[in-house]
Amino acid sequence: MTTEALLALEHVTKRFGQVVIAEDLSFSVGAGDLVGIVGPNGAGKTSLFGLISGDLAPGAGTIRFAGRTVTRLDAAARCRMGIGRTYQVPRPFGDMTVFENLLVAAQQGGGLRRRASYAAAVDALDRSGMSDHANVPADRLGLLQRKRLELARALATQPKLLLLDEVAGGLTDPEVAQLVEIVRDVNAAGITVIWIEHVVRALTALVSRLTCLAGGKFVGDGEPSAVLAEPAVREVFLGTDVTAALAGGSMTAAPADGDRSEL
Amino acid sequence: MTEAAHGGAANGGTANGGAANGGAANGGRPENGTPLLEVTDLTVHHGQLCALDAISLRVYPGEVYAIIGANGAGKSTLLRTIAGLHQPTTGWVRFDGTDMTTLRPERRARQGIVMVPEGRRLFGSLSVEENLQVGKTYARPGPWTIDRVYETFEWMRGRRNQRAAQLSGGEQQTVAIGRALVANPRVLLLDELSLGLAPVIVQRIYAMLPQILATGLTVLLVEQDVSQALRVASHIHCLLEGRTTLEGRPADVTAEQVEAAYFGLAGTARLPGGGSEP
Amino acid sequence: MAWLNAIIQGVLTGGLYALFACGLSLMFGVMKVVNLAHGDLAVVGGYVAIGVITVTHIPVLWSFVIVVPVMAVLGYALQRTLIQSALDRGVLTTLIVTLGLSVVIENGLLQFFTANSRGIGASMALVTGSFSLGSQIQIAYLLVLIFAVAVAVLLGLQWFLSRSSYGRLIRATADDQEAVQLAGADYRHVFGIAAALALGTVALAGIGYGMYSDLDPTAGTDTILLFAFVAVVIGGLGSLWGTLLGGIVLGVAQQIGAQINISDELLAGYLVFLLVLVLRPQGLVSRRAQS
Repeated sequence: MTTEALLALEHVTKRFGQVVIAEDLSFSVGAGDLVGIVGPNGAGKTSLFGLISGDLAPGAGTIRFAGRTVTRLDAAARCRMGIGRTYQVPRPFGDMTVFENLLVAAQQGGGLRRRASYAAAVDALDRSGMSDHANVPADRLGLLQRKRLELARALATQPKLLLLDEVAGGLTDPEVAQLVEIVRDVNAAGITVIWIEHVVRALTALVSRLTCLAGGKFVGDGEPSAVLAEPAVREVFLGTDVTAALAGGSMTAAPADGDRSEL
Repeated sequence: MTEAAHGGAANGGTANGGAANGGAANGGRPENGTPLLEVTDLTVHHGQLCALDAISLRVYPGEVYAIIGANGAGKSTLLRTIAGLHQPTTGWVRFDGTDMTTLRPERRARQGIVMVPEGRRLFGSLSVEENLQVGKTYARPGPWTIDRVYETFEWMRGRRNQRAAQLSGGEQQTVAIGRALVANPRVLLLDELSLGLAPVIVQRIYAMLPQILATGLTVLLVEQDVSQALRVASHIHCLLEGRTTLEGRPADVTAEQVEAAYFGLAGTARLPGGGSEP
Repeated sequence: MAWLNAIIQGVLTGGLYALFACGLSLMFGVMKVVNLAHGDLAVVGGYVAIGVITVTHIPVLWSFVIVVPVMAVLGYALQRTLIQSALDRGVLTTLIVTLGLSVVIENGLLQFFTANSRGIGASMALVTGSFSLGSQIQIAYLLVLIFAVAVAVLLGLQWFLSRSSYGRLIRATADDQEAVQLAGADYRHVFGIAAALALGTVALAGIGYGMYSDLDPTAGTDTILLFAFVAVVIGGLGSLWGTLLGGIVLGVAQQIGAQINISDELLAGYLVFLLVLVLRPQGLVSRRAQS
């Protein structure tokens, strides 16, 4: 297949002072894909989303979406082009009802007019399972509902690409399973999904492609269980000894040298 | 490498990898003695999010007790709650038999529970020595003095009048440890020492741990690097999304158990070749 | 020569303004509290001095020996009760609470002391007298004294903050409130000490103002708070010596304005204030650049 990728990052570099979020990073996602991203604390996963959604500008490199170069395009414009995202800490418009929140998303983000925006909001309600809560003020929602609202708002903006940022955190097992099904249906309807998550089992149950972001680079990229078994990926999370042990070595390690010369 | 049974090592249940609690061959862990620090059924919320779900643990004198787990597992929340910076929803924290659960953080510090917080948190506008002096203000009596800290970390004496904000990450981490040590704690809480530091520097800092322990301290640490934790710990405790998934001595747990406990992947198909690559 | 006189007057008045301002700067630097009742508390200090002098017949210049400790204790109590509970509820709450406190104080003073203004030591030679340098320069003894007191206070504060154990705790708490708890310090108590210091200086400011001008219940917000604010902003938030510089700049601007046109005195000061806000909003001295 030679169709152009829906999203392509080419040689993107981004640093915050000493901390490297992306180092000559190249990454592409095809239309209809369902990709999971894992990575240690502070690796810059959310910042990666910021680069894609337009909240952050890269230090170097190009970002292309739907055939256009969007590197210099601001977040609102990218949203109208079809990049939707959720944020780690759900921040709905508290005084407004769930439905009103979705209406804003559909009109502003989706660029839809009155009639169409109502339809889009209702559709987002259905897909996220929030129909029962349509008239509840957003700040009265419980955690799971808030996360669903985050998802619904992103859906209401009529995205082609949906970026999910750690939406499974704090949910119980059955809730995680429900969320996974919602995302599966969303993807089946044709929306491309990239999901950052530290609840790894949510991803392994769903995605066909997993990669790990560490030290500004992607480590491993492919089928989830294969990626998690790769030494380089294991080492990111579990360190050298455990990785060596999993590969057949011994886990009892000699104590580190007491060299205190330079810090 | 021994292939111990996985059974229940992931998701929810407490699995004591290998040696059962109370086993005779434990060496050094007096299971029926009084723990120095005891956490019972601790549940902690951040707003509506449940960060810790009925966590229990016991730390005995002289141990290095390491808490590991992925981010979001609740490790730092656990340490901060023990230090008093966060109030639990339910559950208890007991220190040397006394209930500390409602005690303010500065009271706990004066009793001997001293934390080196995540991200160093030095007083940036103060000098290195002033940072240590602040640590000394409410110190308990004991072997650690500012002089002793300078002897242990030789580079510090020459730079003691330098503003703390100008030090490198590894240097700041050492000063933060020194600031905690001069208070002569009974339990030293170390929160993610390795965060933001190069691996080689992390190793050097951990290499000083034996010297610190030699003065009779007990250490409870949170570490993101699992292998590093296993190297220094006498007891490990793995958290996943606020629940305990593994607990035991490093010698008694297998790499597979650690991996399963860390990711919570029991039951998910894993590549057959995962454990037998040469 | 008249201009030189204006500048000298301005510099000396700057000492009084610095005295107004250092308490405000201290409270903001340490606790991030903008105390809108600051000026009114200075007026309270002045009235307390009047009361103390009337009752004990203590010499005017020694009144501070009683007033300063009294106000310091009041400062600690105010911080531990009212201001701390406001701080626990958010930054905006402290603004509103101190504003409310300001209203309460002013009206309380109006009730007790009526709107008539009173001076402190109005008949003293020190207060009314002056000496000349050449034919065109008149320097009031009082202004020189106040300037000296201001410098002494700033030096004292600086010494306390950099050398003493509590001073270190105050600086540490200003840097990181949570980390200081981990070191065994109750930050609420440290805040109380800082507030006590602030109100001690405020007492001196009130006495100084009462001697330089006249005290009336609204002088707090009308004059003292406003000038203190301007001096702090021009000098730079959180810098002690910056408040002296800010006071001097304000004083000089006012006097030069008065030279140009006597009714432009206040305006000139505010114009310079605006200029600093536009060109260098962080203030002339950057935050905590000293020691």
